[in-house]
Amino acid sequence: MPIDIDIAHVARLARLGLSDEELSHYATQLSVILEHAARVQQIDTDGVEPTAHPLPMVNAFRPDEVRPPLDRDEVLAQAPDHEDGYFRVPPHLEAP
Amino acid sequence: MSDYTLSEAATALRDGSTSSRELTDAALDRAAKSEAELHAFLTLDHDGARSAAEAADGSFASGRDSGAFQGIPVALKDNLVTRGIATTAASQILAGWVPPYDGTAVVRLKGQGAVVVGKTNLDEFAMGSSTENSAFGPSRNPWDTDRVPGGSSGGSAIAVAVGSAVVGFGSDTGGSIRQPAALCGVVGMKPTYGLVSRYGLIAFASSLDQIGPITRTVEDSVTALEAVAGHDPLDATSYRGDRSGFRDGLEAGVRGLKIGVVRELTGEGFEPDVEAAVRHTVDLLSDAGAEVIEVSIPSVDVSLSAYYLIAPAECSANLARFDGVRYGLRRDGETVEDMMTATRADGFGPEVTRRILLGTYALSAGYYDAFYGQAQKVRTVVLREFEAAYRQVDVLVSATTPTTAFEIGSKTQDPLSMYLSDICTIPSNLTGHPAISVPVGLDRHGLPVGFQIMAPALGEAVLFRVARAVEQAVAFESRPPRLEEWT
Repeated sequence: MPIDIDIAHVARLARLGLSDEELSHYATQLSVILEHAARVQQIDTDGVEPTAHPLPMVNAFRPDEVRPPLDRDEVLAQAPDHEDGYFRVPPHLEAP
Repeated sequence: MSDYTLSEAATALRDGSTSSRELTDAALDRAAKSEAELHAFLTLDHDGARSAAEAADGSFASGRDSGAFQGIPVALKDNLVTRGIATTAASQILAGWVPPYDGTAVVRLKGQGAVVVGKTNLDEFAMGSSTENSAFGPSRNPWDTDRVPGGSSGGSAIAVAVGSAVVGFGSDTGGSIRQPAALCGVVGMKPTYGLVSRYGLIAFASSLDQIGPITRTVEDSVTALEAVAGHDPLDATSYRGDRSGFRDGLEAGVRGLKIGVVRELTGEGFEPDVEAAVRHTVDLLSDAGAEVIEVSIPSVDVSLSAYYLIAPAECSANLARFDGVRYGLRRDGETVEDMMTATRADGFGPEVTRRILLGTYALSAGYYDAFYGQAQKVRTVVLREFEAAYRQVDVLVSATTPTTAFEIGSKTQDPLSMYLSDICTIPSNLTGHPAISVPVGLDRHGLPVGFQIMAPALGEAVLFRVARAVEQAVAFESRPPRLEEWT
């Protein structure tokens, strides 16, 4: 059963600006891969808990202590744009 | 000298028959001669390596000895964050990024005096099985340069196979250490999930990723794991228990051990030469006193389906951080969303884009339960089957890969076929169990075959013990046939 994907919607959710041609290419490939992956639905998992970590671990607290952070200038030096100690990005909303 | 194992190099450094500077120059020289053909490295750090080597020699001279890695040239996969050395994960989106910190495994290696010769090529963000998905061009198999070295830790496997480093480190999400090790004829090991801190490993799929060593010998693999394993408060999934004893029984042989051959990892899809080498190795283990039992793990097949939902889902979440704001590439846009969508479309290659889309779909409203949620439950089913098998046997064995190294370009147009090539390695990532690949011979084309050993969680000691027995019984000593040209 081929799986129908609203690929433009998925690309938008993933913040990937793809051309129509690219979208159609990926839609075809994803459909094939998902058809294979959908076989997980054939496994009876009634009453089965999901696994994320193979070792029994409960919580992972560390002491709430102040530690030296990364050097701000060094971090900002790697940013595409910055100003006054902040990362600088284009506007999200129009100015009023 | 460039062909020393870790234990040989460590001995030679301590008895004064070589220096770290000599070892490092030999490694850099080997890289210089082979890089044009193999492209194992994305960055070679000549200056940093030489100054680290001189520091190590200085420590030896003044009687300081910080451990097995003092003065040893190592190659690090370029998704391991290294302070002051460009780290790209083979992606345009991180081209030119120079991290302001070291990952925990890197801190531990440097703390023991390791010499970082460079950062090795990989499939972009570790997604792939061939090192063809690097934004900076593919790597080539040293046994046959028309073929892939495997992936995603292909560069580190090549570096060790040809002697551009004594030890390599990679990351393994679905077989990315073991598969290239198998295809390049070296030893590759994925530890129990949580044993090595993932802090400073650029995340692909957080519940599957694990850092591990690529070496020439099993003993070196033990030593390398000892160097990087241990609890780290900076990684919330880091294991807090005891981490000693990896070496226990290493030379004890396999007499009295029960070895399970996984029935589902034989037959259709497996090359006859690969199957023959695996059968021969199992016979040698039997001759050495192991009891061999055939074991069935029916869910091996569906584990692949679960993997190709879980890994992309986690990748789509992890790679959301590459948005053009804090580091790496930025493309212009009128609004912040325009900027991000343009940056990400240009910055990610096709394989990464495909997996982000797949993962975003699998996590999106209405599909989560059917895909990601169900895959995480299937993972429990797989885990239970493996745990049941380990109540019958001490270790499980199989080929590491169904085929030997394939030709460059032969699978790139068919992602599903590439994904299916990870059938043997993926289950241990889903279960979080340790596994190792040991070279056991060559196929009719002269290409290496890897033998995989899998053990239960924290079963590193028995894993290494069986791997050592395999290494001794098989006595695989071949080196890439053209090695002399690069010497």
